[in-house]
Amino acid sequence: MKSLEAKPQHNNVRSRSELKAFQQKMLGMLYRPLSPDWKSRKKTDEGISVVKIAEGLIKPNDRLTSFERLEIYNRCYWFRVLDSLYDDFPGLLALLGNRKFLKLITAYLIRYPSESFTLRNLGSRLESFLCEEPEYASPLQEIALDMVRFEWAQIIAFDEIAREPISPKDIQKRDPEKLRIGLQPYLALLELNHAVDRYLIAVKNQEFDGLRKEASNTSNAAPEGKNHRRRLSLPKRERVWLAVHRYDNMLYYKRLEPAAFTLLKELGKGTPLEMACGKAIKRDGSAKQKGVLKADAFQEKLQGWFAEWSSLRWLTLPSPKK
Amino acid sequence: MPANEFNGFTDYGIGIGLRVPHYRHILAEKPLVDWFEIISENFMVEGGRPLEVLDQILEQYRVVQHGVAMYFGSADRLNREHLKRLKRLVKRTKTPWLSDHLCWGSVDGRYTHDLLPMPYTFAAAKVTADRIRQARDYLEVPICVENVSSYAEYHASEMTEWEFLSEVVEAADCGILMDVNNIYVSSENHGFDPYEYLNNIPHHRVGQIHIAGHSKFEKYTLDTHDHPVLDPVWKMYAHLLKKTGPTATLLEWDDSIPSFEEVHREALKANLFHKAKTPAASSGATR
Repeated sequence: MKSLEAKPQHNNVRSRSELKAFQQKMLGMLYRPLSPDWKSRKKTDEGISVVKIAEGLIKPNDRLTSFERLEIYNRCYWFRVLDSLYDDFPGLLALLGNRKFLKLITAYLIRYPSESFTLRNLGSRLESFLCEEPEYASPLQEIALDMVRFEWAQIIAFDEIAREPISPKDIQKRDPEKLRIGLQPYLALLELNHAVDRYLIAVKNQEFDGLRKEASNTSNAAPEGKNHRRRLSLPKRERVWLAVHRYDNMLYYKRLEPAAFTLLKELGKGTPLEMACGKAIKRDGSAKQKGVLKADAFQEKLQGWFAEWSSLRWLTLPSPKK
Repeated sequence: MPANEFNGFTDYGIGIGLRVPHYRHILAEKPLVDWFEIISENFMVEGGRPLEVLDQILEQYRVVQHGVAMYFGSADRLNREHLKRLKRLVKRTKTPWLSDHLCWGSVDGRYTHDLLPMPYTFAAAKVTADRIRQARDYLEVPICVENVSSYAEYHASEMTEWEFLSEVVEAADCGILMDVNNIYVSSENHGFDPYEYLNNIPHHRVGQIHIAGHSKFEKYTLDTHDHPVLDPVWKMYAHLLKKTGPTATLLEWDDSIPSFEEVHREALKANLFHKAKTPAASSGATR
């Protein structure tokens, strides 16, 4: 391993391509995961000395070595991104516990580093990652998946675009066979296998500050000490049909009847109103009694749902086709 | 030079950063504040509470946009989607100028969400200046670039930080957002004289100033924005004002944020220094 001991080569930046290569090298160093005691690791996975790489990039000063100066940025990167996911997924953190959660999100960020200018989108691929690597949440992978979907839906509901709600004149005298109704982009419809909504309420009752921290230039604290909560009972296994939405810019989630969920899902897919209602009626248990379809009862329910969804401003004109 | 082409020929005084813990107080009490600085990226969303609050603020106050993710120093091409969103926000806020940092933080579409120092080379200055010009031409608003605090210096650098800053802003023909606290922090970390920095930048390009608090650790000083401005920074601020004249100034307080009144009181201390001499009267002043 003589080459590892060689004097480090300094990296020149005399062109755009050299600047790019320099930035790629730095980024690679910053993305390297920290040790369990929140320090920079001194070797890469391939056994290359990070100390030597740092010496090739960064000047030492009278107090810090090149490696230590690089370490400041390496730690800041990880503290910032981990902190962001701690803020965005408190339910998942409570569910898995701090150690497992940290392991999961570290592995996630290694595979899916941020590709967005905003930390808001940092957790956008966590659901996919959990599907790919369920063992990180074992033995709670199913509940964890429900929780991730639920918590990501809240991020969408917080600031996704709102369209003009539909008005009666938009649909008056329209043929229900052809009439299509859209849904607000911020409305998420989730079919879950666990009562993660009730679990999250319990988590937030334990500790909720309701505020998102501003990003300051430098983050110097490890994301720890956030999990001093008492362990809650796990979410109950049950089928839950949930709408996550906002109203007057406050976040809400609301349980739905299966038929109402089906109807909304179909409308969201662009199914014409009459056909969507047909699919919902098939899903509706109360509409069938002794094999006889109780159309009147369902009609009444439908009216109630539409009145409620209109008052919540969930219904819009369908989005124009591209 | 309070009003210049780099701050849209405005004559703003002392502003403070608009932060979430103060929303309720500001909207309810409507305190007298000359202007608010917003973090652009917090409002580059499609809807919801951030934009609702912003619109209410805009009804009452003057707002200037400050970005943290343009990364003028990145070697990549400018992100058109980012620019489009930013332009939508510029139209909404009617910001007279817009600022972001002289740094890099992303490459190949991957982000660090940090403000990383540049290698101070002529090639890097050219790339950076080109990106600033392109952004300004697209956004149609004056741009001021802010010096960042740093904890590392690169072997690749061919000049000092203030020479690099001057090189970039002259080539881009843009303004400077001079963060006095960042100069102090970097001077402590790299062992240079902060007044040499302050004396050797194109003062006529300073469109805005930032002040903030920092924290000293055993081996380095960190730009923490979590407490009042410290004396050495106030002294540097006073020195800079002698060179630039009264200039729009913003106090940054981003962590351990106290009450609105406390932040505002701290910011208004800057007024004491705005009675400093005009640049013409102080042109012979030395440290």
